[in-house]
Amino acid sequence: MKVPLSWLREYVDLPAVTAQEVADRLTAAGLKLEAIHSHGHEIKNVVVGRVLEIEELTGFKKPIRHCKVEVGEATPREIVCGATNFSVGAVVPVALPGAVLPGGFEIGSRKTYGRLSDGMICSEAELGIAESSPGILLLPEDTPIGADVVELLGLRDDVLELEVATDRGYALSIRGVAREAAIAFGVPFRDPAATEAESGGGQSWPAAIEDPSACDRFVLRSVTGFDPAAESPLWMRVRLARAGMRSVSLAVDITNYVMLELGQPLHAFDRSRLSGPVVVRRARPGETLETLDHVVRTLHEEDILITDDSGPISMAGTMGGLHTEISDTSTDIVIEAAHFSATGIARESRRHNLVSEASKRFERGVDRELPLAASWRAVQLLVELGGAVADPGVTHTQVDVSPVRITIPADHPSRVAGVTYDRETVIRRLEQIGCTVTEGAAPAATAGHGVAATGVLASGDLAGRLAVPGDDLITVTPPTWRPDLTDPNDLAEEVIRLEGYDRIPSVLPPAPAGGGLTEAQRLRRRVGRALAHAGYVEVLAYPFMGPRDLDNLLLPEQDPRRRATRLVNPLSEDEPFMRTTLLPGLLKTLVRNVGRGHSDVALFESGLVYRPEPQAPATAPVLPVDRRPTEEELAAIETALPRQPLRVAVVLAGEFERSGWWGEGRQASWADAVEAARTVARAAGVELGVRADQHEPWHPGRCAALTVTDAETGETVLAGHAGELHPRVVEAYGLPPRTCAMELELSLLTPTGPVQTPAVSAYPVATQDVALTVAVSTPVAEVEAALREGAGELLESIRLFDVYTGPQVGEGNKSLAYTLRFRAPDRTLTVEETTAARDAAVALAAERTGAQLRGA
Amino acid sequence: MSNTYDPVEVTPLHADEVARAQADALAAIAAARDLDDLKQVRLAHVGDRSPIALANREIGALPPAARAEAGKRIGAARKAIGEALAARQAELEAERDARVLIEETVDVTLPWDRAPRGARHPLTTLQERIADAFVAMGYEVAEGPELEGEWFNFDALNIAPDHPARSDHDTFFVESVDSGKVLRTQTSPVQIRALLSRPLPVYVVSPGKTFRTDELDATHTPVFHQVEGLAVDKGLTMAHLKGTLDRFAEVMFGAGITTRFRPHYFPFTEPSAELDLRCFVCRGSSAVPGNPPCRTCKSEGWIEWGGCGMVNPRVLLACGVDPAVYSGFAFGMGVERTLMFRHNAEDMRDMVEGDIRFTLPFGMEV
Repeated sequence: MKVPLSWLREYVDLPAVTAQEVADRLTAAGLKLEAIHSHGHEIKNVVVGRVLEIEELTGFKKPIRHCKVEVGEATPREIVCGATNFSVGAVVPVALPGAVLPGGFEIGSRKTYGRLSDGMICSEAELGIAESSPGILLLPEDTPIGADVVELLGLRDDVLELEVATDRGYALSIRGVAREAAIAFGVPFRDPAATEAESGGGQSWPAAIEDPSACDRFVLRSVTGFDPAAESPLWMRVRLARAGMRSVSLAVDITNYVMLELGQPLHAFDRSRLSGPVVVRRARPGETLETLDHVVRTLHEEDILITDDSGPISMAGTMGGLHTEISDTSTDIVIEAAHFSATGIARESRRHNLVSEASKRFERGVDRELPLAASWRAVQLLVELGGAVADPGVTHTQVDVSPVRITIPADHPSRVAGVTYDRETVIRRLEQIGCTVTEGAAPAATAGHGVAATGVLASGDLAGRLAVPGDDLITVTPPTWRPDLTDPNDLAEEVIRLEGYDRIPSVLPPAPAGGGLTEAQRLRRRVGRALAHAGYVEVLAYPFMGPRDLDNLLLPEQDPRRRATRLVNPLSEDEPFMRTTLLPGLLKTLVRNVGRGHSDVALFESGLVYRPEPQAPATAPVLPVDRRPTEEELAAIETALPRQPLRVAVVLAGEFERSGWWGEGRQASWADAVEAARTVARAAGVELGVRADQHEPWHPGRCAALTVTDAETGETVLAGHAGELHPRVVEAYGLPPRTCAMELELSLLTPTGPVQTPAVSAYPVATQDVALTVAVSTPVAEVEAALREGAGELLESIRLFDVYTGPQVGEGNKSLAYTLRFRAPDRTLTVEETTAARDAAVALAAERTGAQLRGA
Repeated sequence: MSNTYDPVEVTPLHADEVARAQADALAAIAAARDLDDLKQVRLAHVGDRSPIALANREIGALPPAARAEAGKRIGAARKAIGEALAARQAELEAERDARVLIEETVDVTLPWDRAPRGARHPLTTLQERIADAFVAMGYEVAEGPELEGEWFNFDALNIAPDHPARSDHDTFFVESVDSGKVLRTQTSPVQIRALLSRPLPVYVVSPGKTFRTDELDATHTPVFHQVEGLAVDKGLTMAHLKGTLDRFAEVMFGAGITTRFRPHYFPFTEPSAELDLRCFVCRGSSAVPGNPPCRTCKSEGWIEWGGCGMVNPRVLLACGVDPAVYSGFAFGMGVERTLMFRHNAEDMRDMVEGDIRFTLPFGMEV
């Protein structure tokens, strides 16, 4: 809301303070300053002049005039001017040499088009009144020559641009802001709506409300003999421009002006275009309306319409119809001022994607008592400025409404704030915003009726449950312009904010007995730290992906990762899905980094993936809000949501150990990816199983399945994959060759319990090396598992220190060299004991994997 | 021992002999050129077969009256040789050290960046830091799904379907606009989940990812992070809310950095306030005319930080909490925004794009 201070000062006697001080007070009261726009302060030396002579200069590309202009000095000024919309005798603003125009533009005396130009005749744009203007600003004939134009036109003004919260419809008007300013400065407020609106006489045009849930007050007034050629006066155009509205025509400008001043949206119909009684109703199936913007709109049966015998003539509170629009020939005008359902207009505006100044106000709540006064004000202006004659009488249809009444203990605001406000303060503050306060509880139910207001009114049971217990009750009836005040806490806020939020002390509540982070939360942090220490940089990619990703990853038709949740309004049509794997985001981030010149990149991400269940219900119910939902109701939401497990993934390319003066580095490999999984598992305190697998998007010969043991069932659970990516995936994403990746479902990595302390023996270690020959295809993990099991309890550790393939072990074989370390907790082992253990280990490896002891 | 043995004939114990052996030894020690030489010298002159050692062995053959004197003589010689050996040893070791260790000198300024360097994302670690501040105040960290039921994200939070506040949230709809499922537009639904699932009183903080259909630019990102706090207990007031946020501000930004409330509207709190942070760089001084300007707060003295208020009793009702008995407060702030002003991050795109140059300097914690 843009509020010119000059306009505000008409209704509140603000002290002589700066715009910033006014803004500070309003901000403290909840009308937050966005910006102060200063106008006209820099303009000087612009006076009223009268054109005495015009000489048309020829020989130039455009018409140029050399004028003599009387400016209240001894001699007229000679001024060259490029505009042609004036004639001799015209009264115009003249910037004299030395004048400054908006933007610091200085006017001097200069030679141009071969003549002296001793100043400038100004347009509205040049004076900062309008964005653009076709010609010179023509002033009324009787304007005193030589007068200061800035003073005369009130061009010097400051405009406060205020952010108005969505519950404060009343503050979308000069009236509402003036009331807040008056309270903030403790000065009187003059209500511009408090006029004696004529309300007697007959109907000005027949009208009826057919649907009282759509509209609970409908007022029409009419005028005849309006001069369609009459122009909006300059003061009105200046104000509209300052408030951010374009000047259209006098009739339309008047409706906008009254709306800005009072907050009541108005609509003007060309009376000659109306046929029969005006009826407010919902749309009927198949109805259409061509609106002011020349769009033919198909109406929805919930749309609130203004209709006559011809059908719809206006979308209530949203946009008028083209047919009944005021045109440049309209002389007879019907002004509509109504109170529509806030939710009805909100839906209508959203359905048709039509946000207008009117719909913005209706959605946020308009004063139900304004239509008579606002329409009266508009008629007065049509008469005064447009030469119209007001028809006697007024059409006033309405639905009876019982006001909202809220009963609270007088100390309720104090108990909410933690500050003591005395009873008188509470009542005074509530009365200042327009409430009526009476002693004791309300005699009847507190529900209001009429059209649905901004908030959901507390009625029946809900009102009862919101009631605040206590003594010393007062009953508050909020003013009609505050439909947002429905609950006890709404009243508390009014008192607290007007007394000042800065009065609230800072008091730490007693500390609750918290249990710290959960195991899962600690694990997530640990995993992040472990991967970062291992050389991975964390990224937070957008969790979206597209069909192309699914193809790039070579996912088969039936792969569950293809079953993705689709967004209705994705950021990009290329990525309409929620990710089912972390890899697309990571791979794209890797490509971006490589593109920016980082050849060695290792990244990780930890985040949710979204895995819809095929049998899940399509919709999650929207539950009631006036009570706690049942467990079944809540479960109905949960089952409709996709599973959202936490995953962690890494991608890496280039050198993982860098080359340098020490020698060659090492390229990132499948082994690093698997090791990243082990790093995560170690952080989790979980033993990770690794076996060969074939799983997209990995290289079929370089892919490890990662498994964990379910802590409860003891079953082996697939938790993820790691390895080198399939070359076709590398190509599809434009990745560096041999890019590697790992993805693991962190939610499955649940530690089995506290770490058990190992026995640390001080007896000497006995070491035995063995070299075994196995088939190349035999997984090392199996050999090691057999050795470990066969060696028995005396085995302290086992380490593979060499893998050899070559002629000495024969085609199709490999040699595995292990160091086995043995130790007993209670004695020094004998050679016989360790040899026996080693032999047992080799024997089991031979049995399980066909391993042969080399050199045996 | 033989009584017929003539002590005069025990030549090795003659003073001359001992003196000669000592002189030989000292000469050899002095002549040793390196530690290996010295080792040989030691063996030859104090070893088991050295003249002195052999002489020492003969002492027993002397008549008791002569033993003391001979012993003294031998002892003195051994001491002199021993001292000479130790001195030469030290001398030669020092010589060797000076030579060898200098030969082994390296350039310790050589780089050793073999191992890859990693880092955690500052938005992650900032969320952790914020959570830790509240955990230290006794809060627990609550979580919820990112793809959320509309009821949790809006209705239960008193954002009625047609309230303008609902359309203020540029919502990502899931599957269809009336599926009842959305990408959560705020972390506030976690409040509802916490109240439905935890015994009262509830003190939780919930950092997490949130979504709105903004275009990515320097100050907006459609996927962003919030931290939400909720306390529901008996007798909580706005003063407690202020105290909690002031404490939090001090933990994050240092002693004396407090907060300011401005009236505002949020459907799920009533009364509601916008939360400003005292500028931790200029501490408000830049707002006084004539003082140097401040980049961090744009010379306003305060930085917009988030929103807060007393939990709307309607929200409590929707969660089955009796507002006549319990009251609560809630607050929330943007993590990206906090990172921007706390760390002078000027462009949100950097937080999104994952360029390692942005993230690496943040290391393990912010």
